[in-house]
Amino acid sequence: MDAILLQILNGLDKGGAYALIALGLTLIFGTLGVVNFAHGALFMLGAFCAVSLNKMMTASVKVKDESVTFFEAFKEVPYLELWLGETGTTLISWSVPLSILLAIPVMLFIGLAMERGLIRHFYRRPHADQILVTFGLAIVLQEIVKASFGANPHPQAVPEMFSGTANVGALFGLGDNIVYPIWRLVYFFFSMSIIGMVFAFLQFTTFGMVVRAGMADRETVQLLGINITKRFSIVFGLAAVVSGLAGLMYTPILPPDYHIGMDFLVLSFVVVVVGGMGSLPGAVLAGFLLGILQSFASMNEVKSVLPGIDQIIIYLIAMVVLLVRPRGLLGRKGVMED
Amino acid sequence: MNTVATKKKDNLMVLIFAAVVLSMPVWLQPFGAAYPDLMQKFVIFGLFAVGFNILFGQTGYLSFGHAAFIGVGSYATVWVFKLYTMNIVPAILFGVLVSGVFALVIGFICLRRTGIYFSILTLALAQMSYNLAYSVLTPITNGETGLQLSLDDPRAWDAAQVQGEGIPATNFFGMEMSAWDGLFGFYVCAAVLILGFYISVRITRSSFGSMLRGIKTNQQRMTYTGLNTRPYALSAFVISGMYAGLAGSLMAAVDPLAGAERMQWTASGEVVLMTILGGVGTLIGPVLGAAVIKYFENIFSAINTSVLADFYSFLPDGLIDIFVGVSALFVGKGWHLTLGLMFMLVVIFLPGGIMEGIDRIKNRFAKKPQQD
Repeated sequence: MDAILLQILNGLDKGGAYALIALGLTLIFGTLGVVNFAHGALFMLGAFCAVSLNKMMTASVKVKDESVTFFEAFKEVPYLELWLGETGTTLISWSVPLSILLAIPVMLFIGLAMERGLIRHFYRRPHADQILVTFGLAIVLQEIVKASFGANPHPQAVPEMFSGTANVGALFGLGDNIVYPIWRLVYFFFSMSIIGMVFAFLQFTTFGMVVRAGMADRETVQLLGINITKRFSIVFGLAAVVSGLAGLMYTPILPPDYHIGMDFLVLSFVVVVVGGMGSLPGAVLAGFLLGILQSFASMNEVKSVLPGIDQIIIYLIAMVVLLVRPRGLLGRKGVMED
Repeated sequence: MNTVATKKKDNLMVLIFAAVVLSMPVWLQPFGAAYPDLMQKFVIFGLFAVGFNILFGQTGYLSFGHAAFIGVGSYATVWVFKLYTMNIVPAILFGVLVSGVFALVIGFICLRRTGIYFSILTLALAQMSYNLAYSVLTPITNGETGLQLSLDDPRAWDAAQVQGEGIPATNFFGMEMSAWDGLFGFYVCAAVLILGFYISVRITRSSFGSMLRGIKTNQQRMTYTGLNTRPYALSAFVISGMYAGLAGSLMAAVDPLAGAERMQWTASGEVVLMTILGGVGTLIGPVLGAAVIKYFENIFSAINTSVLADFYSFLPDGLIDIFVGVSALFVGKGWHLTLGLMFMLVVIFLPGGIMEGIDRIKNRFAKKPQQD
């Protein structure tokens, strides 16, 4: 029982990341009808927002180390600590959550620039062309990041408040041996709240209503005199922010490097397909489902029966779903049927 | 269309193609690319792209998992080297056979869907094989180390020959692949490429080929005429999978080892790029694209900052550093950035690839006399 709960917890943070990326992919696909292979790169750019803010905050200067008296010793002290003392240290440790403030405008800008600058020229081109050009863009973005940050992963720390583990078992009254890193729980709740916000935005605002109407029938909405293209561009920006934030908050769990986006992208596509192309709830459901199933498959008990299953479970499920229920779990009829 | 004339034209094209490929060691000299290693790459990847084009160019199915067949072909070939004989002919035949069977299975699953679903399915399956090659299948694939020959391999059919010291080299009925300073290996690969190219021309011109193009143009209409398109698409998939397997086998034949990194999906992306860059659906385009990419990969990744500094030495001092700094992003380890940019530019401005570019230039010159 404990083991099962632990595996579900393990799946939740990964599932959260899958769900957020898949949500963005589905939003873009549902509104603009574009298959965006560069979406993983947005996830990575978000992660590197956190890295760069951390770099900026820890910009340091060499000062004389007063504790060493025998000889001249120097140590690196970040400017922030020099100027603000204790507060500076705390601020630096909060760099990952703080970078959300930086990432939202940056990712929104990148998303809008991408849509206006490149992708809008591809609406009338075949899907294969869209796949290819966004694939090229993904390579370019990845290489730019590699050139500016290097090829090594950049581990990020979490604020002291969230570091360490929580005794989840005691919370549910299940015994004391279920302990779990707090940050992963934070990530889960963070992704849930982002998902909630996206759905609320689409469901309860006028803007969201227009977007949903446009997803259902673009031409009619245009005939009513609404500039749907403009709203769809903003949706693209939003999708970029969503996956950027997903990447940013994931940095303490998995140190980001330049190809983290590609790794997540392939899986997120599978998630979208399993959930049903164009279905937002499907993307979220499939994201968590596959995340949890993946962590179950990596249990030793399962692995001893079916060796290697942890490596392929997601692809296996995708294949079965596509063959048995080609529309995906919650896919609507008529959306990208061929 | 006059079919006899087309056939003559095709034969002429294949002959010219053969002449160009076989004379590569001569005319590549001034480009600094006339060494066997690189020319083998041109030829092998050209073959891979020709095969990929049969699927993507003819039927319009965009597979993102073709590198998996390269991997399967290489592994199968190396196993024949290990177990039976160092002669490349049975090894390559076995590699092609295995990858064909593998393609049949994968194609059977993937071709139940079309469009983007097909791309994602092939991507998923290829990624799955890649992961399996690294984990469970380690007894077959030797995991991260890659499959290599070793001294205590049985090599059952070669036992009659005298076992010299060290690992024997791959050979073509006794003629070592590395003979003639490696040129022999190149000529073997080139012969295979010419044969493969000829077959692809024949396929394109056959009624089977027009059936495939019918699938690309409008599959629904093909179905409405009472035709089951799936066997045709599946045959195209298997054929192109066998071409990929053949390319993988040749890789193993010139350099007898096989690793899972050949199966990664970026490798699949590369062959897509080669085909696009050369010209999707054209006959020569894919080979051209493969050669251009491998050539620039080789040239660009060898350039470093000191070479750049030499190149810009005519500029005033202050400017040199700036130019070198900017260009350094695109060469050496940054070669992938150039590749990505090239990819985007081609898709945006020249969707028909180099062949379309050539056509455009031709038309421009051809039209002028008419206007006069």
